[in-house]
Amino acid sequence: MAKYSVIVHVSPLPGVLDPSAAAVMRALPALGFNGVSNAQIGKVITFDVDSNDIDSARAEVSEMCQHLLANPVIEIYSIDIAPAEKSVNA
Amino acid sequence: MSSSTIAIPIFPGTNCEEDVAHAIKLFGGIAKPIYHTETNLDGIDGIVIPGGFAHGDYLRTGAIARFSPIMAAVEKLSRKGVPVLGICNGFQILCEANMLPGALQKNEGMKFICTETELEVISSSPITSRLEQGARVQIPINHFEGNYTCDEKTFDELKKNNQIVLRYTNNPNGSRDSIAGICNQQRNIVGLMPHPERACEKILGNDDGAEMIKSFLDAVVSSRMALPA
Repeated sequence: MAKYSVIVHVSPLPGVLDPSAAAVMRALPALGFNGVSNAQIGKVITFDVDSNDIDSARAEVSEMCQHLLANPVIEIYSIDIAPAEKSVNA
Repeated sequence: MSSSTIAIPIFPGTNCEEDVAHAIKLFGGIAKPIYHTETNLDGIDGIVIPGGFAHGDYLRTGAIARFSPIMAAVEKLSRKGVPVLGICNGFQILCEANMLPGALQKNEGMKFICTETELEVISSSPITSRLEQGARVQIPINHFEGNYTCDEKTFDELKKNNQIVLRYTNNPNGSRDSIAGICNQQRNIVGLMPHPERACEKILGNDDGAEMIKSFLDAVVSSRMALPA
């Protein structure tokens, strides 16, 4: 077993209205920041997972995304995964 | 036939269970609040998942509630044809549980909306059987994530199978096709964002929801007669 660090990015499905991003896009020009487009507001979920190898870790995290971490009806996700640096407890 | 027993699942953060129980009792049903860790629903004739903020709405509305132990029992009963109604957060939970298609996302205007809305009855269902198609009712809404959305394919199916039950006449939250409530293909599971249980008595200033709760109790009686004892 090895420990892997995982970063899951969850963002609104392209084409799905993102009301919070729309609000930010309206607010930025009010502060003088012009020329901003394509804003999206999503979530970043980070955790460590124990697994035999990086491929099985990735497969497991993918399952987690499909069943809980993201709702495929309105969200897409991407997964960054890498061997965890040794912690003091390791 | 004896009174029907309606289970009201209670999750940590549910807050509309008393309103639902009151409305059920008002029209002759037996309301049975059941904590979400329970898995035994013996003797239950119908289920109303009430509004609130189940599990704090953490991650997404309904996302954690879906995995509460009671939900497997709710799903099992629903497959037998037992009527299941999800109101507000209950609707969100049913969508997350894949018992209803689509999802509820944040309101278009990024505002929590608490107001009375006008709904049009689109099709007959366990909450609209006592109302004519095209009838209009005034029912309160009270939500931040009530903006119904689904993909093209699901939307086509909803229309083809008459699964759209209620529409807003003045879409308050950006819902696709002004959808306020839908049912599953078997028509025994209904979810809606508005709160009919809060509009059941003249003394509250509005009893338009009474016929909806009575419709649900009718559906429960029909399902009891259809099911083996």
